[in-house]
Formats: sequence, C-alpha cells, structure tokens
Amino acid sequence: MGGIRDFRWGDAAEEDDGIEGVLPPTQVIGPDEKGIKIIIEWRKDDEGKRTKVTKTVRVKKQVKKLNPAAIRRRSLKKFGDALSQNASENRTVVSTEEIFLERTRPAGAKQEAEKGADLALLGNASLIVCRTCGKKGDHWTSKCPFKELAASKNFPGAGEKPPTDEDVPGMSGGAGGKGSYVPPSMRGAKGNEGESMKRPGRDDNSIRVTNLSEDTREQDLQELFRPFGNISRIYVAFDRETGLSRGFAFINFVNRDDAIRAINKLDGYGYDNLILRVEWATPRADRS
Amino acid sequence: MRPILLKGHERPLTFLKYNRDGDLLFSCAKDHTPTVWYASNGERLGTYKGHNGAVWCCDVSRDSTRLVTSSADQTVKLWDCETGVQLHSFNFDAPARAVSFAEGDKMVVITTDPFMEQQSAIHVKRIESDRSLQSSEDVLTITGPQGRINRAMWGPLNKTIISAGEDATIRIWDAETGKLLKESDPETGHQKVITAMAKSADGSHFITGSHDKSAKLWDIRTLQMLKTYTTERPVNAAAISPLLDHVVIGGGQEASQVTMTSTRAGKFEAKFFHKIFEEEIGGVKGHFGPINALVFNPDGRSFSSGGEDGYVRVHFFDSDYYHIKV
Repeated sequence: MGGIRDFRWGDAAEEDDGIEGVLPPTQVIGPDEKGIKIIIEWRKDDEGKRTKVTKTVRVKKQVKKLNPAAIRRRSLKKFGDALSQNASENRTVVSTEEIFLERTRPAGAKQEAEKGADLALLGNASLIVCRTCGKKGDHWTSKCPFKELAASKNFPGAGEKPPTDEDVPGMSGGAGGKGSYVPPSMRGAKGNEGESMKRPGRDDNSIRVTNLSEDTREQDLQELFRPFGNISRIYVAFDRETGLSRGFAFINFVNRDDAIRAINKLDGYGYDNLILRVEWATPRADRS
Repeated sequence: MRPILLKGHERPLTFLKYNRDGDLLFSCAKDHTPTVWYASNGERLGTYKGHNGAVWCCDVSRDSTRLVTSSADQTVKLWDCETGVQLHSFNFDAPARAVSFAEGDKMVVITTDPFMEQQSAIHVKRIESDRSLQSSEDVLTITGPQGRINRAMWGPLNKTIISAGEDATIRIWDAETGKLLKESDPETGHQKVITAMAKSADGSHFITGSHDKSAKLWDIRTLQMLKTYTTERPVNAAAISPLLDHVVIGGGQEASQVTMTSTRAGKFEAKFFHKIFEEEIGGVKGHFGPINALVFNPDGRSFSSGGEDGYVRVHFFDSDYYHIKV
C-alpha cells in the first residue's frame, strides 16, 4: 500500500460513477506495540470535494474469562415447552421501566427533604391565601393550623382580647351570659374550646340573626336565607344544658353582596311572630 | 437497571436457583413445570415436564448436569439438566417440600410434609452416578420436628443437616446418625414460621427468613445467632450476596391479603441490608405480589426475584451499586 496515488482531476470527472476507482483506498497503520492504530480514509462529499480523514485509535485487549462449560451450554438444544415456543409468545421481556435500588435515607435527611417540599409549596403561586397566618397556597383560612396562635401573634386584632372571652356563643354556650359574638380570630389562646370548632367559621361575610324564636332550626334559616345567595355555613346557638335555642344564629354567605342584600331585606322582618334583627356579625368601622 | 422479566409460569413462583457457573437459572412454581433460563439474557432453555403438583424446591448439581426437584405430587424427581429427561423419581407418601444436594452430589436431602397422620420427615437418599444402580431407599430418615420443614441443607463437609420450618426452630442433625445436635434458642431465634434459608458463598454462615418479619444470620457450626435484620412485612425469601457484604430480603403481606390493599401498601420490595451493620441500604421494587424467592447470581453482579405474581425478575446491578457507602 503506497501513499497517495497519482491521478489527474480529469480522470475523476470521467470516472464519476466509480468512486472507489477515484478515491485512494483506506489505509490502516498499526496497531503498534502501544496498541495505537491509525486509519486514513478518503471521502467525497456532495460537492465532490475530497476529504482525508485520519483516525487514531487505541486498541485494547480485554480479557474476559468465560467458563467453557457455560459456553458449551449456550448452544444447547431447547427442550420441553421451550421447543414449541413461537415468536409471539414473548416469554422474556426487558422491563420498560427503569428500576433503581432506592436508597433508604437516614432519618435526618428525610426530615430535611420534607422541609424543602414544604417550602416549595410556599413558593407556588396559588390563589389560596390564609387570612390568619398569611401563608400562601398551603391551606384554607378555616384549616389554618395556627388558628389558636393567631390571636396572640400575628393577627391584627390580637391585642384586644375581649373580656367576654368565656361567653363565646357556640363555644361555651352554657353560661348564657351576654351572648355577644366574638369572632374566632378575636378569641384569646384561653379559648381552648375553639380547637373543637375547626369547621369553616371565619368568613368575613358572616351575619348575625337575633330575636329568633326558640324552635327555629338550621333548616328554617336555610329556607329563609337561601334565596339571597350561596350560604357556606349556618350556625344556630343552642343552650348546651337545656337543648333549647338561644335565639340567635350566624349565617355565612359566600358572597358579600348577598349578605348585604339579606341584611337589607330581612332586618326587621317578621318571622314566627318575632321581629328579626339581622346585622353584620363583626361590627367594624368600615361596615357600619 | 432494567430487569429482565421472565413470564414462564402461570402460578406463583416458589423457588429460584442459579447453577454454580451462574449461566443458568432454574425456577420452580406452583404450576408443575420447573423451567431453566439463560441467566444472561433470560432466554428460556427448557422445561422439565412430569410433575403433577406444585414444585416447591429444586437443586442443581455442581457440574450442572443433574437437577432435582421436589413437588407436592409426593415425588422428588431427578432430571438431566440439559435435555429435560427424567432420570429417576423418588416416591413418597407425603408432599415433598425441600431438597438439596450434598457437597459432591452423591447424596440428597429431602423433606416431606406432615400428611394423613404422618409426621414430617427428613430423608437422605443416595444418588448413584450409574443410573441402573439408583435405588429409592432412604439412607437415613429423621423425624421429630412438628409441622412442615420448609428448608433443609447440608452443613460443612456433609457432616450435618440443617433444617428449619413451621415450628420456627432451626435444628442441626448429625448426617450420619440422625441425632439432633443443636437447636436454635427460642429466645433469640425466630418467633414464627421460617420460610427461607440460604447459605453464604463460603458456607460458613447462613440466613433465615421468617414470618416474624425478620431475617437472621447464623453461624453454621455453632448455630449462634449473629445478626438480625428487621423489616415491616413477613419475610418469604432471603439471600446473601457472594460479592459484597449485603443481604437481600423479600416478602410481603400474606397472599390472601394482597387484593385488599394497594401495591404500595404491600411493600413488595426486595430489601437490601448491610450484612454486618444490619442497616437497610435500599429497596428494589417491581413485583406486584409478595416475593417468594430471591437468589444472587454466584458472581454477585445480578440477582433474581420470583413473586406471587408469577414473574421472575432478573436484575443486573448498575455500576453505582458497587460503590454504595453505608
């Protein structure tokens, strides 16, 4: 095998169809004692230009020991059911799923990972914002785990703990005291009973209905207030000891506008021989 | 790793065994036909047809020419490994449970279940190299343990026979006289049925798995308990890695309970533990039924699991498996 063969470009044009005839043959040098092999190739691209490609390769011999018995067994004839096996049977399948040896993390690492997940949740832009703790996307206001803490910590009205704390209707209904509603957010940490009231009850669109007759039930109020809009909660205060209605109830509307309309319509409305009083449950400056 | 799935059995797997060279994998299932596969690519080489009941256990001779299988059809059959021809059938009066070749393949130990007012028993048979001389006579019969003897194997130099089963006790018997030599301590030993038993590569210790949700490592001579690996599910299978200081444990809830819960709750994982530190390394998922059989390839670079779901999964370890730090 000599070097590059002498030829004229005119020859190339004539023998265009026989590329092999034009391009010098591939040359292989080596492998030498270091296992290095040089391969020289000639190529012709679309435009007819010739390119010389020189590849340097290291040849390495890897010794893999095989058991002669195992090699012999590789060519064994099939027997039993394997004989009649047709191609469609698919006895052997390589899993399409990548399976890993899932490492068991030490306890400490696990906790950290969970923390991270929590933070990731926080980072999510979500419509859910807790009005108690201000956390975004974690939970609804009503499900806030910091409900109790909120009163003493970060809720705006936390400082002014009302003195009527103990008489919170629906919480400790038995006392039958002043009966003024104190929103859960205003209840101090003292009101441990609040813990039991995890149901939705913290909506702003809450109205108070007083001067109800004793035999008014939730059902009746539902009928009375439903026409104004969607109701999320109805709470009728009952005396825990006597089981009688204490004559007032709270109704939460989904929409504030519905609540306003209900107040306008039903305040002073005659119901069961009594004149209802309907007002905002939490009197605030901006609402009066 | 992408395991190879072998779908040769229609019923739950009961036992898996590699030959000594690690190129063949034998699988036993409740569907009467033990099957042999090429371990490297999962190709089915053949099946051994002749049993008429669930096949509980098998063993292959050191030179991979003979296979012995034990079945619920009250027989233990000896096969030519490479052609699937039945060479001999040992008949019993009770379902045969465990079977194991002695070192040198001259003898075989067989256990039979309690059946029709018969006690469970351990039988030792001689295997003749000349087939015409093969007899079905017992060389030795041992009775005594209550309940099924789920596993039996030979101790060092064939001097002892180790058995374990439903009475949760591991026993070492003299292989010559049949005398009981040692019994596992009920305090430190298993509390429930022992379902699995496997020797280490050098035969100096062995692992047992039990429904008491633990696997234990024992010294084969002194029957001293060395290690305990606890998990949260009953253990059906256990194996010791011949390459690294790992053991693998498989199991899952009772088969009858499987449909009651999701696969996630079933914990049908093969769990890897560090043999010495008893620390859990990790788990390999995939089966959708309890794992009934686990075995390492003798080179330690792959392992196979057989499940109640009828699949055998052959796993070849990724390179990072060899660098796991505990």
